[in-house]
Amino acid sequence: MSTIASHKKRSGLMDWLTTVDHKKIGIMYLLGGLFFFLIGGIEALFMRLQLIKPENDMFVGETFNQLLTMHGTTMIFFAAMPILIGFMNCIVPLQIGARDVAFPFLNALGFWMFLFGGIMLNCGWFLGGAADAGWTAYAPLSTTSAGHGVDFYILGLQISGAGTLMGGINFLVTIINMRAPGMTFMRMPLFTWTSFVASLLILFAFPPLTIGLFQLMFERVFDANFFNADNGGNAIIWEHIFWIFGHPEVYILILPVFGIISEVVSTFAKKRLFGYSSMVFATVLIGFLAFMVWVHHMFTVGLGAVPNSIFAVATMAIAVPTGIKIFNWLFTMWGGKMKFTVANVWALSFIPTFVMGGVTGVMLAIPAADYQYHDSYFVVAHFHYVIVGGVVLGVFSGLYYWYPKIFNRKLNEKLGFLNFWLFFIGFHLTFFPQHFLGLLGMPRRVFTYLTGQHWDTMNFISTIGALMMGLGVIVLAVNMLISISSKYKVTSGDPWDGRTLEWAIPTPTPEYNFAQTPLVRGLDPLWVEKSAGNKEMTPAEPVGDIHMPNGSILPLIMSIGFFIAGFGFIYHHWLVAGVGIGIGLICMLLRSVIDDHGFHIHKEEVEADLRGVKA
Amino acid sequence: MNLSERFTDTNIPEHPEKATLEGKNKFVGFWLFLGGETVLFATLFGTYLGLRHMHGTGPTAKELFQLPTVFLATMILLTSSLTSVYAILAMKQNKIRAMQGWFFITLLLGLAFLGLEIYEFNEYVHEGHTFTKSAFSSSFYTLVGFHGGHVLFGCLWLISLLVRNWSRGLNLYNAPKYYLFALYWHFVDVVWVFIFTVVYLMGKVG
Repeated sequence: MSTIASHKKRSGLMDWLTTVDHKKIGIMYLLGGLFFFLIGGIEALFMRLQLIKPENDMFVGETFNQLLTMHGTTMIFFAAMPILIGFMNCIVPLQIGARDVAFPFLNALGFWMFLFGGIMLNCGWFLGGAADAGWTAYAPLSTTSAGHGVDFYILGLQISGAGTLMGGINFLVTIINMRAPGMTFMRMPLFTWTSFVASLLILFAFPPLTIGLFQLMFERVFDANFFNADNGGNAIIWEHIFWIFGHPEVYILILPVFGIISEVVSTFAKKRLFGYSSMVFATVLIGFLAFMVWVHHMFTVGLGAVPNSIFAVATMAIAVPTGIKIFNWLFTMWGGKMKFTVANVWALSFIPTFVMGGVTGVMLAIPAADYQYHDSYFVVAHFHYVIVGGVVLGVFSGLYYWYPKIFNRKLNEKLGFLNFWLFFIGFHLTFFPQHFLGLLGMPRRVFTYLTGQHWDTMNFISTIGALMMGLGVIVLAVNMLISISSKYKVTSGDPWDGRTLEWAIPTPTPEYNFAQTPLVRGLDPLWVEKSAGNKEMTPAEPVGDIHMPNGSILPLIMSIGFFIAGFGFIYHHWLVAGVGIGIGLICMLLRSVIDDHGFHIHKEEVEADLRGVKA
Repeated sequence: MNLSERFTDTNIPEHPEKATLEGKNKFVGFWLFLGGETVLFATLFGTYLGLRHMHGTGPTAKELFQLPTVFLATMILLTSSLTSVYAILAMKQNKIRAMQGWFFITLLLGLAFLGLEIYEFNEYVHEGHTFTKSAFSSSFYTLVGFHGGHVLFGCLWLISLLVRNWSRGLNLYNAPKYYLFALYWHFVDVVWVFIFTVVYLMGKVG
């Protein structure tokens, strides 16, 4: 190898704007996702404050519609997904013994598209009103919604969706092609496996969303007739397309979390994951079934008894692989040397909470019963039990668990427990009563209610719970802020006595991750080496030059181009749209014609780093 | 071998597109991307199939479609797929000029296809089949237009590839790029086969 291109070291802000390092992109995804999580949380609190008593007039009508739409959209697309993709970025390459992802440039592009998509969506707040047709944007509500709110929704999701698709392909290729020697598929940690299947779901679920959004956009901007019944269109087509995307989407969210729980439970029970192969099987099966159940969101549309029955059975079938997972976690803990760290407590609280969400899911899967539950608070309770009680509890578990690996700091455990109890109790206070509110007939997405229906007390409790969750999140924010202090620095790369490869790396993680690609000799490779009395991984190669990708500012500029184009489409300024698309295309052209061979970190530098670690 | 070192007839790898890790990644990644594209077009086909009889007061598919033009377009695009195969065969034998020649013909055929499509759309608009006319017309233009957009993008891609590498010869760095373009071009071709069948032939028989 003689190509040693010049390696420009950028520093400070420029470094972050041009980085293609998966660890830095992961951090940006995490922080960006947490930022939108705060925004979505504030929107939720506003809704709960409006509903604290009957006939309240704090946020009514249009404003409430915007709050509920933006809360759902923000939480799903701009909080949960980026946080999980952030974890995938930070952890998956380390878990498989890779030096980077397969397409570092694309990785950066995906991040910037997500960020600008999120900004675009929220621009609606300041430019005449945000989206107000629900996160599901059902036609004709969305096609006839006045103002530009829904346009911001469409363009924001279109831009960020393209970024997500790139991320999905990137992780698939990384996992297929870049595993270290010995890291066979059936030795991959569960988080890598679930990220793999979630990425497959992204690959096959996002294109329908892309097309659905295009159709919606064409309908609103160019007067197309896909969903316009006056001209032969059919609004049900949108529902199908949306849920063909939307159902896999919820598995895109929950699968990586299943992976996190598997890692955390096994680490803190000091046991290898019980039923590893059945866990992999269940993950793949859930991924497959994810595409087979979308009609259960549409039971009351009137598709008929046969489709409803088929999709009901398929939906109930998902309970089987999910049950396998639950029991495997329980058996992993059984007889283990349990350590109740904050990360583990989040994971343990996930299990019963998620089971409750799963049980109401099976209830909702019965079409005849669903006619009663449909569009009531019972549904709201159900999906918050699986998404907050599932995804968010799991994300917090992962945050406390991997924080030392990602930020080289440990979060304060005392504050962590405060964070946990506030959030966990607040969560159940908020959503448990909502089951009964739904059964008593309270409809979702309605901004107020009359007294005398036995709804008042439960709504009050629910709002108090939401405020507690808010306090919990503030404690987390404080915890993260004080962790900047050097007091919380970790010195060991393996603070939890971990089992998987990411804990084999010294802290802070070097730019190239692994000085020598490790040789994987079994499931839980680090644990295998520890059991054999080794302090570190056995290398699979001698120390040598390490090839690294160059940073680039193009992903940022390209995303700005599409952002500008979005405004052009929203306000029907074709010149602006053309300029924006042009910027994007020119960036693509530049990326294509300028050779980028990357650079090499010299053997001597790597050796010096290695000596530094050992000293 | 250096990434930007010209291949010679003796050192060219058997699969130059997959000889480096970057090449392998691109190869797998692009196949996956085409998997996603398949779902993208499937969604468009699904919408079209649901709405194709909803022509309202506009012309029906049967009245509208002129099979001779469409058949000509089909033949042109199928042939362009063949020429891109010849280009990749030439690439694997390190025959750079032959590869460029075949790709150039591919480009001309792609542009000819686009020209025919523009002509066809123009005719339809004059017959009252505008984008906003009916659900049928909206879904027709979106499906066929998305395909046309893919052809256009492919042409721009190919032009930039050919111009950038015209005097460089083949190496480990640009071989995967040519190969991916050919994959893309085949995919666009396959989609057209389905459009020809589902839109035009089925449109003709009602």
